[in-house]
Amino acid sequence: WTVSGHEGNLRGVQRVVLVLSGKGGVGKSTITTELALALQHAGKKVGILDVDLCGPSIPRMLGVSQQEVHQCDSGWVPVYADPQQRLALMSIGFLLDDPDEAVVWRGPKKTALIGQFVRDVAWGELDVLLVDTPPGTSDEHLAVLESLRKHRVDGAVLVTTPQAVSTGDVRREITFCKKTGVKILGIVENMSGFVCPHCSECSSVFSRGGGEELAKLTGSVFLGSVPLDPLLSASIEEGQDFLKAFPDSATYSSLRAIAESVLNRLQD
Amino acid sequence: MADIPTDAPEHCPGTTSEQAGKSSACQGCPNQTICASGATKAPDPAIEEIKLKMATVKHKILVLSGKGGVGKSTFSAHLAHALSSGDSKEVALLDIDICGPSIPRIVGLEGEQVHQSGSGWSPVYVEDNLAVMSIGFLLGSPDDAVIWRGPKKNGMIKQFLRDVDWGELDYLVVDTPPGTSDEHLSVVQYLSGAGIDGAVIITTPQEVSLQDVRKEIRFCQKVKLPVIGVVENMSGFVCPKCKNTSQIFPPTTGGAQRMCEELGLTLLGKVPLDPRIGRSCDEGKSFLNEVPDSPAAAAYQTIVQSIKNYCSSNLTSAAHTD
Repeated sequence: WTVSGHEGNLRGVQRVVLVLSGKGGVGKSTITTELALALQHAGKKVGILDVDLCGPSIPRMLGVSQQEVHQCDSGWVPVYADPQQRLALMSIGFLLDDPDEAVVWRGPKKTALIGQFVRDVAWGELDVLLVDTPPGTSDEHLAVLESLRKHRVDGAVLVTTPQAVSTGDVRREITFCKKTGVKILGIVENMSGFVCPHCSECSSVFSRGGGEELAKLTGSVFLGSVPLDPLLSASIEEGQDFLKAFPDSATYSSLRAIAESVLNRLQD
Repeated sequence: MADIPTDAPEHCPGTTSEQAGKSSACQGCPNQTICASGATKAPDPAIEEIKLKMATVKHKILVLSGKGGVGKSTFSAHLAHALSSGDSKEVALLDIDICGPSIPRIVGLEGEQVHQSGSGWSPVYVEDNLAVMSIGFLLGSPDDAVIWRGPKKNGMIKQFLRDVDWGELDYLVVDTPPGTSDEHLSVVQYLSGAGIDGAVIITTPQEVSLQDVRKEIRFCQKVKLPVIGVVENMSGFVCPKCKNTSQIFPPTTGGAQRMCEELGLTLLGKVPLDPRIGRSCDEGKSFLNEVPDSPAAAAYQTIVQSIKNYCSSNLTSAAHTD
């Protein structure tokens, strides 16, 4: 696992965005995947660095879980999700022989691997690098910030679900951003409302409005909400490009709008 | 699984390994002398202290999941509520999710503080026979972030197990954060002397969740932690208007059922998505009391009964101290 990395591997990366949430299972990886696809469709070159070492989900979500990373002179070559090589991904998922293998590591080992991920992946030219993180405010978050700081960190997108139990954890993540000086690009509310496919009744499965309320309370930008959509869950499960498959859905419009807002915020 | 200090060199063999203090990587490490002396290979004395403390605790149950947001805390809280209702059992709920403590809110104790007594920290009580401990009770404001690396989190877990005045308990339910890292290793290690009855694994139906949960099961095997069974949460959503069921999180690979068959585990039950569960959690109430006649409450009760049966057939939990 030791690769002779070049400090300049991030030199061609224009913008670095963290995707954070204090809470697990709110859709950080789903939002990261869809943001990356939306940016790619908007003509950008995008990279995803998955630093969730104990639960890497992105390889499956992009349908590349069977791929392996290779090495070149300047480090690890990321896995590309498309033949045009406009969407690159690096994840610990590519380094495990057995997908069920548990990465039972304490902090220092995780910190060391994240340092390598930041230093040794040959991203090439990228418009945006999205960093998907595990839940919490601990080793992985500190490690990735410390390592990326030497290059740049443009801000963070915070993901929450509507209910108070989730926004409570995200408030802590906002404090983390303030303490570590990371700009908050905005808050995305995921899983907000489910439209019954039988009768079109919209149910607030996980309560409602929490994301927007949290944005107001903390003076952050509200980037938008993404409904609970079984078609999105299914696309994520099967590693298919939801945005390409369902361009007429309401979910598509929300995801596109969120990606545009993030791009605009990055121009500021 | 060895401990590696933060100031250790890159190829540190781990402070508890045979090579500690002796490998080539140890040259120049500030910890070399102490590692070479063998002191670091001895078990943490806290394990023995915790064993003494836990002598009055009959059953210890961990609630685990590789994946976040699948309902570990919701389940832990309702398991504790169900165990403590009716037949006057003494129950405690310990939240070791140090960076995202949700338990105080779910049991309606947000804003409460822990008190110091002569015999240690006093837990906060929901009912006379339901005690709760969480780092949430030690924070000044709901915005306070616990930005801690592993060793500090481990120290906190040690204190929770050793220094809280738990008293006589029938059940100790431990709610964990997602993943297979410091918190999980620490709680299993610290309770290794006292013995753990087993783990309840929570998942949602979709493969994105199951792939993380399989890792957690592998973790249980590695640390020789028995798995009591698996709970599938958010399993189907019944529209409150037309009563049709939708699979919001589709079980594309057969859900928990198939995974349990493949891995030879018990499926304890499936809990449907019911918006009233989330609402009860936000309001700090027990869903089992709020809507006792719902299918979700019935599913919970069946699962809790299976866990009770497992524990009572496992009376000598000290037998697990290998």
